[in-house]
Amino acid sequence: MWWRSASFILDRQQEQNAAVPPNPESLLLSSPPPSMADSLQNPKPDISAYYQTRAAHHAVVTSDWLAQAHAAVSIQTDDDDSSVIDGKIAPAAGGRGGDKAFSVIDEFNSWRKQPDLAEAVAAIRALAAVIKASQATTMMELEIELKKASDSLKAWDTTSISLTAGCDLFIRYVTRTSALEYEDFNSARSRLIERAEKFGEISCKARRIIAMLCQDFIFDGCTILVHGFSRVVLEVLRTAAQNKKHFRVFCTEGRPDRTGLRLSNELAKLDVPVKLLIDSAVAYTMDEVDMVLVGADAIVESGGIINMMGTYQIALVSHSMNKPVYVAAESYKFARLYPLDQKDVGPALRTIDFGVPIPSKVEVEKSARDYTPPLYLTLLFTDLGVLTPSVVSDELIQLYL
Amino acid sequence: MDTRRVSRAVPRVRQVGFFTPNTPAQHPVPTRSQSGPPTSDSPPLSGSPASNSLSPVMIPPARHLSDNLGGRTAALPVPRHGNAGDHAIVGSYNPSESVLWLESPTRSRIGDEEFSEGTDWYRRSNSAKFSSSLPSGGFNLSPVKQPGSVAALEAKNPLPEKSEAQKEQASNSKPLKAKTTKAERRALQESQRAVKASSKAEANKSSTPGGAASSKPMKQPQQKKDGPPVASSVAASERIGVDRPVEKERKKDLPPPRMQFDDVSRVGKAKRRSVLNQPEARNRVELFRHLPPHKNGSQLPYLESKFFELHEMHPAVYKVGLQYLTGDLSGGNARCIAMLQAFREAIRDYYTPPEKTLNRDLTSKIGGFVSFLIECRPLSMSMGNAIRFLKSRIARLPLTLSESEAKATLCSDIDRFINEKIVLADKVIVRHAATKIRDGDVLLTYGSSCVVEMILLYAHELGKRFLVVVVDSRPMLEGQKLLRRLVAKGLSCTYTQLNAISYVMHEVTQVFLGASSIFSNGTVYSRVGTASVAMVAHAFGVPVLVCCEAYKFHERVQLDSICFNELGDPDAISKVAGRVDLNYLDNLTDKQKESLQLLNLKYDATPSDYISVIVTDYGMIPPTSVPVIVREYRKEYLLI
Repeated sequence: MWWRSASFILDRQQEQNAAVPPNPESLLLSSPPPSMADSLQNPKPDISAYYQTRAAHHAVVTSDWLAQAHAAVSIQTDDDDSSVIDGKIAPAAGGRGGDKAFSVIDEFNSWRKQPDLAEAVAAIRALAAVIKASQATTMMELEIELKKASDSLKAWDTTSISLTAGCDLFIRYVTRTSALEYEDFNSARSRLIERAEKFGEISCKARRIIAMLCQDFIFDGCTILVHGFSRVVLEVLRTAAQNKKHFRVFCTEGRPDRTGLRLSNELAKLDVPVKLLIDSAVAYTMDEVDMVLVGADAIVESGGIINMMGTYQIALVSHSMNKPVYVAAESYKFARLYPLDQKDVGPALRTIDFGVPIPSKVEVEKSARDYTPPLYLTLLFTDLGVLTPSVVSDELIQLYL
Repeated sequence: MDTRRVSRAVPRVRQVGFFTPNTPAQHPVPTRSQSGPPTSDSPPLSGSPASNSLSPVMIPPARHLSDNLGGRTAALPVPRHGNAGDHAIVGSYNPSESVLWLESPTRSRIGDEEFSEGTDWYRRSNSAKFSSSLPSGGFNLSPVKQPGSVAALEAKNPLPEKSEAQKEQASNSKPLKAKTTKAERRALQESQRAVKASSKAEANKSSTPGGAASSKPMKQPQQKKDGPPVASSVAASERIGVDRPVEKERKKDLPPPRMQFDDVSRVGKAKRRSVLNQPEARNRVELFRHLPPHKNGSQLPYLESKFFELHEMHPAVYKVGLQYLTGDLSGGNARCIAMLQAFREAIRDYYTPPEKTLNRDLTSKIGGFVSFLIECRPLSMSMGNAIRFLKSRIARLPLTLSESEAKATLCSDIDRFINEKIVLADKVIVRHAATKIRDGDVLLTYGSSCVVEMILLYAHELGKRFLVVVVDSRPMLEGQKLLRRLVAKGLSCTYTQLNAISYVMHEVTQVFLGASSIFSNGTVYSRVGTASVAMVAHAFGVPVLVCCEAYKFHERVQLDSICFNELGDPDAISKVAGRVDLNYLDNLTDKQKESLQLLNLKYDATPSDYISVIVTDYGMIPPTSVPVIVREYRKEYLLI
């Protein structure tokens, strides 16, 4: 899908102002990676690894997080170098072909530790490492090997939709590429690896494309309600701020991992007026809001989205008050899923800290995400362009059939 | 820009459906502007300064032309004549039935000797066949009348805010009139008449001039008064030249009209051709008169007696037809498979007659079979698709193939269609749908759909624990058949009537429905009652899954269940078999019967809003993606 992306937007922008500084990749070492027991077994199978990582990356860790951010800013230059080296080393480590201990899941986890890298991209990088490490001599062999690797990845964290989607996409990409047919095996292999490497850049590029596409929708004096922490949304708002748009942002708190606090911090750094709301104040403030902008964990075939818990109710409230709901998400989050209702998506559980002990008789809803039907979404901003929800299935059909 | 204004000023409404297409206002402007200045043989025009002022109107001539043609093929400017409702048309509506009605219109058009009305002419020329069947006369007539009708319309429409273009046109027409001298006009008129007379003479070979002649003299004086004949005659001559290729092109995509059964003359003709006794159209409900009347099994002996008269009918096709007639074969897939298998038999036994080519002769032969089957029971959309597939396969047979090879190819094609599009598709659908069934679900289904039955049985085999609610309704009571088979397999079922649906729906977690066809706008065309089930489910927030093979998808758009439907036996709803105590409608007098109209519809259309997902062989898709599948699928099966 990404080869049809609306990258012309980016090109145009680059022509217009080459002076725009590239986004600092400072996020790369913001928070300590969660300790992962490196094994084929997911350490805590009842807890969603995906949301654990998200919490680790995006949740606000108040004081020590701030300290770390300051530290990161001060050693900016150092950091950039090290991250580049890091980026070089990791695939190289994966590339020791003879090493018996190569495991796609370790690879995946090592990629996943980079907070700026989307889960799907991490999966694709891991699969690319599989190609590198593989000793297959035919395309078919390689495909089977890839299939196995992606299956084990998917099985490792069944709750992560974007991981599944990323694996599917990559497999699809490999099996579908007609350019590979006439070439000899080695060049085909290197081409695949090259493409997989590119994918990471493309994912960052996708965010910028989306940010550019969104600019037409953010007008001066508007009020935007955001929910949770989404890198795409942050990129959109950052670009809008850089374009000297005047707008203010309402951030929900994003319980239980309080991702909204993190987003409000980031926005405050950009000098964007921010107001924090508790999650239950959405309807109260909705009449001041001009648009709702959310990210997505996955965009499903119906055109709806799966996103952090609370998105559905925000969409419902804004639908009933006739406010547009925009979703910003990269196209590799398109998943071949069709949830019919909330419970139809496998639950992704997480621990919730209420601050006080909860009696054992009281049940706690631990699901981390909900499903918003397409009916309540206005537009999707993706790197394929600005889409209505019904186009998603069109894209998926074209990709998978 | 100007043309757009014009079309806005007189909006195009109601071109489809039951009304005679009638858009007089759009045509004249383009015609005149396009034909006026550039023609050299009308000196007053080209020499006049008015030609400059005309030009803005004509700036993109090609565009005007195409607009004009587009409008024309959709609807010729028909002089308003009689009651428009009488000529319930000949729709610009249903593209699919190409297979179904290909034969009848042409036959009736060319062969008929009585044109009762002048309008009949124009109406028929709609369907683009006309251009080829008649040399030139048909097209001369229409443009001549346009100026008259426009002028009349302008006079009728003294709107204060006339659109700019119209004003301009009005102002232009005055200088034109002044420029042409009386003599010139007279001369032109004479020549025009001569042309017309000759064309009429040509046309007479196929039709008597009665109707056309009667309407013409009435129009011409009027035209002499208000319209510049120069332009129109030029337009006419140009039209003929220009129209031809476009009309031919159109022929491909323009659907031949579907037979409307409230059109008395055509029904009469159809009756003469038909094999079956057409039942008397007694007391049918007003809104549904255009639908073919129900034929019941009582005609079976009659048809059986005619078996030896129908030489060209293959016995296998004949058998299938009889089964349709008596209702022994029902269900979209079963009917389609039976038909295809009968065709396969027929193809196997087929020999090309001497001096004929297989491609053409076989196509017409299949056409004959199809029209026989239609007489037994109207085709379903899925069968139409299958027939279209078969015909395209026949048409694409390479000419180099020998007869036996060609036959073998066709037979294997048919088998492949049955296998891939129906049998395998069902298996895939079952796999997909079964993923949505969870333990503890209560599934509701309506009527009897074979795919839904397979899904339920498969989920049961997988060991999922769920309850089934079978909802049923009179007079078909198909649900009982389904119920019987489900209970035999050990599923726990609840049986209820449609009346109780709102009560049952509380308990239900998912609704599974079958479909006869799905249209491009996501409308589901299915057994009557499906729409109410879907609506109730939607009101209760229960997801509705429609299970349907992709070969049943149709590119048409349908908004209601009136335009296209099937009538059942009206007696079936007035009588309850085996219940003597319920004979409330038995002893009606003839007069009472006259005022009683029974309506037994077989299908209804469910709007896409009430459908959560369509489960098809390409996976689960939202109803908005049906056109995507139609697009991809069409490509595929034409290439197979």
